Amino acid sequence: MVRKKPMDQILAMIGECKNLLILGCDGCAGVYQEGGRKQVELMKTAIEMAEEVKKGRKVNILTDVVERQCESSFCASVVNPVIHNVDAILSLGCGVGVQVLADMYPNTLIIPGHDTMFIGVEDRESGMFHELCKACGSCLLYETGGICPVARCAKSLLNGPCGGQSKGKCEVGGWKKDCAWVLIYNRLKDRERLDLFTVFRAPKDFREMQHPREFSASGG
Amino acid sequence: MRQAYSELMKEISAGKFVYTGELEPVKTTSLKEVLEGAQTLKGHVVAVNVTDNPTAFAYMNALIPSYVIQRDVGVEAVYQMTVRDRNRIALLSDILAAGALGIKNILALSGDHTTVGDTPQAKPVYDLDSTTFVYMLSKIVDEGVDLNGNRVEEPPKFNVGIAANINADPLEPEILKLERKVKLGVDFIQTQAVYDVERAKRFMEAVDYLNTPVLIGLAPFRSVGMLDWMVKFVPGIAVPEEVQERIRLADKRGGKAAVLEENVEIFGDLARELKKTTRAKGLHLMAIGFEHIVPRIIERAG
Repeated sequence: MVRKKPMDQILAMIGECKNLLILGCDGCAGVYQEGGRKQVELMKTAIEMAEEVKKGRKVNILTDVVERQCESSFCASVVNPVIHNVDAILSLGCGVGVQVLADMYPNTLIIPGHDTMFIGVEDRESGMFHELCKACGSCLLYETGGICPVARCAKSLLNGPCGGQSKGKCEVGGWKKDCAWVLIYNRLKDRERLDLFTVFRAPKDFREMQHPREFSASGG
Repeated sequence: MRQAYSELMKEISAGKFVYTGELEPVKTTSLKEVLEGAQTLKGHVVAVNVTDNPTAFAYMNALIPSYVIQRDVGVEAVYQMTVRDRNRIALLSDILAAGALGIKNILALSGDHTTVGDTPQAKPVYDLDSTTFVYMLSKIVDEGVDLNGNRVEEPPKFNVGIAANINADPLEPEILKLERKVKLGVDFIQTQAVYDVERAKRFMEAVDYLNTPVLIGLAPFRSVGMLDWMVKFVPGIAVPEEVQERIRLADKRGGKAAVLEENVEIFGDLARELKKTTRAKGLHLMAIGFEHIVPRIIERAG
């Protein structure tokens, strides 16, 4: 999940750059309408106007969108032909996209246009995004009815719920959010699988989520 | 069943109805109030809980006052430990220190979340949860090894307690969680504060099958302000209207002194009722800062 940074922050990072490429991402950021074609064009207009009003100058802005900014080959086909014409790239992807670009173009300023929040999903009805996965490296969703306590319990408890639960709500944030462990309990009860609820889950091996992380797709 | 190492467990095992108290070392370097409180409770309770940064307020480390009240006052401590602020290395380190200082009871808690305390910016730890912490304690005490199987020389001898949310709603996941912990090696259960007998009875029936001693928590009100705070902010606390009314009326009638007397009546009677009608092995009296009410409640309970 990404959230647009405040315009003032973006302008401050652009600083004195004259030639800018705004690069969107049609992957996760695009799907949730934060980094797609439309947002890239809106950002271009907003920067042009702000630069003119605030600094009285004109910035040359190119725009483009890649399928997935986390994929360097996708970025290369779009960025390589224009890189010699830009001082900076404003990325409208996630933190991964920014870092992929920064690695590819170490001499170019890469500006993050977004704050990357978490891995999650949108609830279309409420328009809210919910964090669903901590990428913890040892998935226990089978035991918990497909609801992750690592991401959705404020304390990441493995054998919850704790005493901060009241009427199915969590003490963190003033009892507005659901207690993940009550959700898990209800789900497993409905499926008549409370045996999974009562399984003892041993202390977690946090080496799996020790950053910086590495992983080999060929089984490493 | 683990052996009774502490006075608390010895008395429970001997079939006595026990009382425990509670002390709260706060944001100070002074042990004066804690020692005075312990002195007041001495002879009336078998052991005293020393709280570990309750509601995530940053206070004095509970181990030191736990040790000092045992040494200087002669009251046994129940050293509360939360997993909120320590990873498993720090937990083990403090456990060994507690063992060296002669602590005999540990209450294993998850701890209120940092965001509800006075230092909400802090990074919470929760490396273990209260269940895996019980597992760790059992490994150390019963097997003499740490979580990784490394040998612990002269392992400490503790009795391990846990907290139960007597007001939990829904109740069943709480009971199932307690069952899971009990299987891992729990000697006693202390509950959160309860204010009505029916709720307590329902809970006691639900945990009966666990065959683990339960001490029911009672928390009298020091003032109307505290009552309001409990009603408004403490999760899962349900104070019946009638009890609230009695405290408020007492305050109007005669201020602090009248509130104290009303508390003695309300909680003395509640204690007697719980003692008589449930299978609780004792009561845990949380009267922080007004410990002098504890002997009077016990006396009225009979």
